Amino acid sequence: MPEIQSASGDAQLADESFRTIGKTYVDQPRMTASQVNVYYGDKQAICDVSLGIARNEVIAMIGPSGCGKSTFLRCLNRMNDTIAGCRVSGTIRLDQQDIYDKRLDVVPLRARVGMVFQKPNPFPKSIYDNVAYGPRIHGLARKGVELDEVVETSLRRAGLWTEVKDRLAAPGTGLSGGQQQRLCIARTIAVSPEVILMDEPCSALDPIATARIEELLVELRKNYTIAVVTHSMQQAARISQRTAYFHLGHLIEVGETTRIFTNPQHKLTEDYITGRFG
Amino acid sequence: MSVAVLLVILLGLSAFYLGHARAVRTVGGAHSIRRLHSLPAYYGWYLALWVILPAGAVLLLWGLFQETALTAWITASLPAQQQALPAAELGLLINDIRNLAAGNITAGQVTPEIQAAAAQLQQWQQTATLARIAVILALTSLIGSLAWRAIQPEMRARNRVEWIVQALLILSSSIAVLTTVGIVLSVLFESIRFFHKIPITDFLFGLDWSPQTALRSDQVGASGAFGAIPLLAGTLLISGVAMLVAVPIGLMSAIYLSEYAHPRLRQVAKPVLEVLAGVPTVVYGFFAALTLAPLLRGLGESLGLEVASESALAAGLVMGVMIIPFISSLSDDVISAVPQALRDASFGLGATRSETIRQVVLPAALPGIMGGVLLAVSRAIGETMIVVMAAGLSAKLTANPLEAVTTVTVQIVTLLVGDQEFDSAKTLAAFALGLLLFVITLALNIVALKIVRRYREHYE
Ligand SMILES: Nc1ncnc2c1ncn2[C@@H]1O[C@H](COP(=O)(O)OP(=O)(O)OP(=O)(O)O)[C@@H](O)[C@H]1O
Ligand SMILES: [Mg+2]
Repeated sequence: MPEIQSASGDAQLADESFRTIGKTYVDQPRMTASQVNVYYGDKQAICDVSLGIARNEVIAMIGPSGCGKSTFLRCLNRMNDTIAGCRVSGTIRLDQQDIYDKRLDVVPLRARVGMVFQKPNPFPKSIYDNVAYGPRIHGLARKGVELDEVVETSLRRAGLWTEVKDRLAAPGTGLSGGQQQRLCIARTIAVSPEVILMDEPCSALDPIATARIEELLVELRKNYTIAVVTHSMQQAARISQRTAYFHLGHLIEVGETTRIFTNPQHKLTEDYITGRFG
Repeated sequence: MSVAVLLVILLGLSAFYLGHARAVRTVGGAHSIRRLHSLPAYYGWYLALWVILPAGAVLLLWGLFQETALTAWITASLPAQQQALPAAELGLLINDIRNLAAGNITAGQVTPEIQAAAAQLQQWQQTATLARIAVILALTSLIGSLAWRAIQPEMRARNRVEWIVQALLILSSSIAVLTTVGIVLSVLFESIRFFHKIPITDFLFGLDWSPQTALRSDQVGASGAFGAIPLLAGTLLISGVAMLVAVPIGLMSAIYLSEYAHPRLRQVAKPVLEVLAGVPTVVYGFFAALTLAPLLRGLGESLGLEVASESALAAGLVMGVMIIPFISSLSDDVISAVPQALRDASFGLGATRSETIRQVVLPAALPGIMGGVLLAVSRAIGETMIVVMAAGLSAKLTANPLEAVTTVTVQIVTLLVGDQEFDSAKTLAAFALGLLLFVITLALNIVALKIVRRYREHYE
């Protein structure tokens, strides 16, 4: 292992080996997490993770199941607040502003940092109302033509417009799984967030739908900052500029995606991406 | 009676052991019971059921018909002059004979004929008891020996026992269904008799309800009008007041409990709320009549309003309180069943908690809530005790909740309380009202189910 070994015994060694390898902070950060710890009750799910996310990049988060990828992602827009018994320490900044600041209102934060969930979860409303939901509650567009426009552009950008333009009044829950996921993406970008968090957005989709969403991510990167959790290393390699590897709540290694996949520095990373583990 | 029942139980027990033992013996001992198709106990059950069921049937039928048959015989054996007595007096006479036979005190004088008849009845009763035991023994030994012979290693005792058990289950459930059908039919036929006396249109569309029919033709002040509209209006008025109280409060408490309350608070508050549902309605009734009604009256006076001492408002308010737990508990279940993923989606878009509840959770839970509300309405319409005590008896056609009104259920009660002639229009009207109530609640329930189903398709 390419680790600096400390002389102070085995217990120390175990901790040392979980120290993040690679450049955690970036030059032009949109979001910066420093020394984040997350606990579910007494159980620690995230240990001392620091990570910067640059403007207009797609960062992929990979790692074995249960390593805390979803937990970390949910910290970034404080979705963990809705889980009873979940505690977060450390600081996370969005454009220099501490999002865990007591005075900060989480509602506008979540409009700035949108989230797409692992399982498509359209509202049991019409396709139109699904997309219009966010703009309506934030008063982003006036009812009528303006709102119609927002809905159309969002659906277009999510690559769903041609498929649904004739049945905007049909329930969103009546779409196929892949269409539902794109509807959820359209719903998220309709509020024009600055950062989009995606938790395994393709895990329920077939290869064709997956390919469409990947194209979409590449397209969205021009305007948004995106963090994607994925179990597919090919997907991470295709869509992301940087990759972060998590293991048992620790951020093990982070760096350029090509570098991580061709030349992993940490043994755990190497084991994972070569398929020997996880 | 008890001897025969004991006998059946004993027969059943011994049949179980006999069947068990025979099954084991047919394969030559306990070590080779694997050659049996089923476990030995199933053979025991098989034989026991074949003994108990016919014997039980005999017991039941005998119990049902013995008295009728004996009464008929004893009547036939009486002298002709007594048989010719009017039905009521003959009934008294038979009763005396029975009482004498049973060793009780008689109401009338004991004449030699009665004495003789009583002795005769006693003798017949003894014979009947013995005959019953004999019939049971004969029947069980016949069927039992057939079943006993049927016990062979390859007989599928387990399947047969299960078939019998299934038949028993079907029988039980059909008893429940048949009872319902029977009640509905009897109400229906009595109502039809009523509609022969009073045209159905008068009943359904009449605006006047005063069921005091004349018993004698020269009686005055008895018009006998049977228009159900005032009763329906009263029922709707009170139910409307009740729903105005119960729906908002019940729904809001459900929202609080399921969305805002700390789980620990919820654990305490929900059962407490449900205790409300366990309070007997008669308690609500006297609370409405003795506490709330005077209070409302006083309040009305101080505001210059005239409030009747028995008012639709008092009854409706208390009925609403009674229904709150019904609505809140049902709605709470429905709201909690809305998937967390939908809430997460809404929060993730930057919606506040109340926006999420109003725009996502409630619409998704709406069908269930609607169903709950409609069920509550049908409960309010059928509620009797509170309105009997607090709503009054005057069948006034009014929309003013401060006046006394009466409801369908109250009128059914007043029509049937006291001495009645069972084929007068007045009494039969109770059945017609019952039918009306039944039809309305049934329609409400059907609509509730329809709405629930329609929305469910829409929302999933
Ligand atoms: N609501 C919760 N309450 C308690 N523990 C939780 C909760 N959610 C997650 N955990 C625990 O936190 C750890 C990290 O979970 P997390 O869901 O973040 O993993 P993950 O990396 O997203 O896994 P997967 O790839 O399977 O989605 C796990 O050990 C999990 O058991
Ligand atoms: Mg996850």
